[in-house]
Amino acid sequence: MKKKEMVAMLLAGGQGKRLKGLTKSLAKPAVYFGGTYRIIDFPLSNCSNSGIDTVGVLTQYEPLVLHSYIGVGSDWDLNRKDGGVFVLPPHERENGSSWYRGTADAIYRNLKFVDQFDPEHVLILSGDHIYKMDYNAMLQYHKSRNADCTISVIDVSLEEASRFGILNTDEDLKIYEFDEKPAKPKSTLASMGVYIFKWDVLRKHLLEDGEKANSSHDFGKDIIPLMLEDGNSLYAYPYVGYWRDVGTVSSLWEANMDLLSDHPPLNLNDPNWRIFTRNPNQAAQYVAPEAKVSSCIINEGCIVHGEVKHSVLFYGVEVGEGSVITDSVIMPKVKIGKNVRIHKAIISENTVIEDYMEIGIERENEDEILLIDNRSKKRKSVAAKTI
Amino acid sequence: MKELLGVINLDHELDKLNELTYFRCGAAVPFASRYRLIDFVLSNMMRAELESVGLFVRRKYRSLMDHLGDGKSWDMNRKHGGLFILPPDWNDPTDTSIGDLQHYHNNLDFFKRASAKYIVFSGSQHINTVDLQDVFQYHLEKGADATLVYKAIDQLQPEHDPCLRLELNDDNLVTEIHQEKHHPNVYLDIFIMEKKVFLEQVEYCIAHGESFFFRDVIQKNRANFKIAGYEYKGYHAVINSLESYYKNSLELLKQENYRELFQKNPVQTKIKYEAPTRYLDSANVSNSLVANGCIIGGTVENSVIFRGVQVREGARIINSVIMQKCIIEENAVIENVIMDKDVHLSKERILVGDSKRPFVIAKSSKI
Repeated sequence: MKKKEMVAMLLAGGQGKRLKGLTKSLAKPAVYFGGTYRIIDFPLSNCSNSGIDTVGVLTQYEPLVLHSYIGVGSDWDLNRKDGGVFVLPPHERENGSSWYRGTADAIYRNLKFVDQFDPEHVLILSGDHIYKMDYNAMLQYHKSRNADCTISVIDVSLEEASRFGILNTDEDLKIYEFDEKPAKPKSTLASMGVYIFKWDVLRKHLLEDGEKANSSHDFGKDIIPLMLEDGNSLYAYPYVGYWRDVGTVSSLWEANMDLLSDHPPLNLNDPNWRIFTRNPNQAAQYVAPEAKVSSCIINEGCIVHGEVKHSVLFYGVEVGEGSVITDSVIMPKVKIGKNVRIHKAIISENTVIEDYMEIGIERENEDEILLIDNRSKKRKSVAAKTI
Repeated sequence: MKELLGVINLDHELDKLNELTYFRCGAAVPFASRYRLIDFVLSNMMRAELESVGLFVRRKYRSLMDHLGDGKSWDMNRKHGGLFILPPDWNDPTDTSIGDLQHYHNNLDFFKRASAKYIVFSGSQHINTVDLQDVFQYHLEKGADATLVYKAIDQLQPEHDPCLRLELNDDNLVTEIHQEKHHPNVYLDIFIMEKKVFLEQVEYCIAHGESFFFRDVIQKNRANFKIAGYEYKGYHAVINSLESYYKNSLELLKQENYRELFQKNPVQTKIKYEAPTRYLDSANVSNSLVANGCIIGGTVENSVIFRGVQVREGARIINSVIMQKCIIEENAVIENVIMDKDVHLSKERILVGDSKRPFVIAKSSKI
């Protein structure tokens, strides 16, 4: 293999329990977003747009959809003769088998994979965030500081800070302390889970950490503090722009709603930074004479007879006459009958909503986002009723 | 299906779509929001799982080649076979062939190397969803020398005038091939023939100074050959004039046409990575086909909108076809217009054509 300056390792094994039914049989990075994408399209497209041509994707939980979705990587221009995308599930070795025990362990178990490219640097990414970022600009920053590790950070509010890994730095952004989800945060620089390491430095620490029985083998909890202890130079790289963790049903819904304003904070129409995805190849969408569509995103293959307001429709969705959809996310191939009303809900892939159903209308808790699939629809606990 | 070789012959098709075919051949004309005419025949051939497809082009094929690439979009990028784009080639000094026989003569290797025993020929102007496997089975059952596909048209339109007609006997064998305007059985420019017979006839025709295979072999020899007619009953449109292009584009807004053409089988096309279409708060859209990548803030009625079109606030588009990446600025009005790719229409401009003769704006104009 040809020597690479930087290899990306994308952590895509997460279960995403807080996404409830959406990840029942789907890894979190494969969850749908924005009318046509899956979450993993964002880091993969960022790699492709940043000129990173070698990406290892570490999978574990429910990998089938993810593996077949990534395929040979041609959709992200990552089908290369030299490099490209590699799917790396956990595997059995001479001394036994086990699942990836943590984020750092996943990389530790794939040392040989990284070694074959003999890279100077390794980029660690997670597959559960929505953002557009030029990793090459971050690499230039990392190199200019001669850092052992550079961590991309975003400024969050003080109230939110305790949900994140918080970095405490001196004035020139050199990190002296890392607090994983601190009760009393000392700063508001939150780690985005995007790291660039010098490979030889990371390699040494992974080997050390791999031997420790009491380690949780996690980048935030173990590797970063260990490197600080050892006196390595770690820098924060401030990222400015849209970044969303979509780990919960409500944050996934919110991130979808962010796309709907007339000038959305995340521009998906930028020809210079396209988000690539597997094209479902559907006919153009049909908007019927009696339909009304406004403040919404609609994908190809949809047939709309009703009213769609402030909502996201994925491909192949049909909306019957007289139906009204507001503030909702409708995932692929959902069939919505006539005179249905849906408000503030996420409707899961392939769900069929019968005529006259009401979902999320006159609800008790306005803040709760309803998650509906063919199973939950029948349960009484869901605020769905037939009139 | 290894027994059948596909041939798409564009040589006899006239580029009569005015501005739309000044710089591209008819097969490359964009249609139905996100396709080009060639996509429909290629998708039919893909569904029939042909091992190889040869495409004979002569003029203005730059945009067609760009669209087709290596044939991946139609699953035709294969180790064995796949899509062969065969431009004209006259390196043989002894060549005396003319017309489309020239293509066949210059590409004999393509035919000889293919393992297929039969060939299905098609043009690109008839949009249909013919099941070519079914036509092939019918051809074998009939034991015919050639099988021609036709559709009985209820209400003939002006665009059918240049089409050939088939007259059939009770046994569904073709007795006459002519161009009588009022005959309902329109020939779809699709036929199946055995490769061995085809190559023999090519040789014979060249030796006798003939020029067009279909006319000189099939049409002239209808008495000597056993020619079967296969009746196709699904969606069908002929695109051979600007008027037929415009009319059939808007006919897709009828639910039954849309469903018949697209819902039974997906039509494949070159993949673009556009975001889904975004409708702004001020959008007002009805009875329209809209592709991805658009941002719509104005009014769109009874129109076909291609990928990446921007319709700014207050703009009105009525009974029109707007191709890829056009920008329609604030308060501009468009009615009965076909707008080719990359047109930029400034604020408050008004373009109105006639519903029978739409106004056509050439590619990349700025108005």
